[in-house]
Amino acid sequence: MSSQLALAVRDSSTMLRRNLLHARRYPSLTLNLLLTPVMLLLLFVYVFGGAMSGGLGRSAYVTYLVPGILMMTIGSTVIGTAVSMATDMTEGIVARFRTMAIHRGSVLFGRVAGSVLQSVASVVLVGAVGVAIGFRSHDASALEWLAAFGLLVLVALALTWIAVGMGLGSPSAEAASNAAMPLILLPMISSAFVPLHSMPGWFQPIAQYQPFTPAIETLRGLLLGTHIGNNWWIALLWCAALTVLGYRWSRAQFDRDPK
Amino acid sequence: MTGLAIAANGLRKSYGDKTVLNGVDLAVPTGTVFALLGPNGAGKTTAVKILSTLIRPDAGQVSVGGHDLATAPQKVRAAIGVTGQFSAVDGLITGTENMLLMADLHHLPKAEGHRVAADLLARFDLTEAAGKPASTYSGGMKRRLDIAMTLVGNPRIIFLDEPTTGLDPRSRHGMWQIIRQLVADGTTVFLTTQYLEEADELADRIAVLHDGVIAAEGTAEELKRLVPGGHVRLRFTDPAAYRSAAAALAEAARDDDALALSVPSDGSQRALRSVLDRLDGAGVEADELTVHTPDLDDVFFALTGAPAVPAQPTATDTAAKAPAEENAR
Repeated sequence: MSSQLALAVRDSSTMLRRNLLHARRYPSLTLNLLLTPVMLLLLFVYVFGGAMSGGLGRSAYVTYLVPGILMMTIGSTVIGTAVSMATDMTEGIVARFRTMAIHRGSVLFGRVAGSVLQSVASVVLVGAVGVAIGFRSHDASALEWLAAFGLLVLVALALTWIAVGMGLGSPSAEAASNAAMPLILLPMISSAFVPLHSMPGWFQPIAQYQPFTPAIETLRGLLLGTHIGNNWWIALLWCAALTVLGYRWSRAQFDRDPK
Repeated sequence: MTGLAIAANGLRKSYGDKTVLNGVDLAVPTGTVFALLGPNGAGKTTAVKILSTLIRPDAGQVSVGGHDLATAPQKVRAAIGVTGQFSAVDGLITGTENMLLMADLHHLPKAEGHRVAADLLARFDLTEAAGKPASTYSGGMKRRLDIAMTLVGNPRIIFLDEPTTGLDPRSRHGMWQIIRQLVADGTTVFLTTQYLEEADELADRIAVLHDGVIAAEGTAEELKRLVPGGHVRLRFTDPAAYRSAAAALAEAARDDDALALSVPSDGSQRALRSVLDRLDGAGVEADELTVHTPDLDDVFFALTGAPAVPAQPTATDTAAKAPAEENAR
């Protein structure tokens, strides 16, 4: 059993190195995906910000916006994961991996590890833009920063597994990109840009309990000291559920005989 | 290391109501080249996918490298190398990086991995292109890199699914060279091809796959013995000339619709001259003359009843489409 684990770790890290090599060799793909959240951040702060912040003022709105944009960055990054997973599957290299005496799941584990690392790097970059235009945390303690980081990693893990499942289930890169679209659209209807209470009453429950809002609210609470309430455990529940679902879905698809 | 490298019994596979393999038996002795021959869609690729653990058969026992496919697929995988029909290289990374990826997945120590990668790249004439992304390679280079990657783990049994399809004649001959070299090193090679010439050229044993079953199996010589011998085919445009030629060559098989005669012949110069002399004696000239020696095309045709596969640039036929008098010289 332990040799199985050693094999899994070894082969997964080989696959991870391959994916990181891709990301390093072709940074434009990753950077393109960063463009959406950064553009939205700038757009909402400098163009719509005055109208949307409800007299809050620009710097207060930046502070409100950044946690949501960070979550959106993860959604955007994992679209790339879905696309590259689908691309991999349409090429012969994965068929080669399947005929080799390597750990069965390593193709997926390596992909997921790479995607989580990429998400973290993206969040750091977008976060830096946020800080540059005026985002400041409100006296968050080291522990709160750590919790915030942990939350971002868990969200990245959950969304990555879902994206991998989407990539495996798509016949082409284009289809994968379309299938993963909700991951960047969902933050639009969360509390990322405007507070829930400004939304129509019938829509509020949908916005409130979709995966992004609890995570965003928890992140806000950790960094800005706002009220977290039950959001933290709803967020963790979503992360756990999506991770398990995405993992099982991906494994089932990957273990199926290829056509 | 004697015995069978691959043994399959009653292999069946269907997709929906389409039966692809309908009870295939295979026996490939260790250290030999085995060619699975068949037209497009005959099920060759499906057979390779099953033997190489990529897909599971619906029924049948398979043992590869002495390991049972159903119960010990990982052991089978450790013994084999597969080069599929479609390029299995990572186009985004360089040739060297592709090779090192394989070395890592075979758990070779770092130094040895580098050495093996460099050796194989040199052996397959890829040293110069080793630093370029594989996506920039030509078809032949990609195929060579593909096989080089397959060889990293030193597999005892290699599957090559249509290794020369889509290659230009020169690359094709290069690939044959590579395959011969592999066998010289004691590797068992299982290849599929739709080219009879290729099977004839490379394989110790050939199986013809048709309609999901093995229609015939044996050495190229054995298969050729299954079909009638060679002949000289004479074609006429003038029915009168055709009739007098038919009278002069009584032993010929007649095709009255095509105005063509088939004279059994071993294709030798002497036999040819005798046919031409007899035609001269009857005072007729054939409009077209072809010398046909039996080859795997005939076998294929006889076994499957299907028109033979696309002709290869270098045909084994000695065909001459010219007026008979020119051929006589």
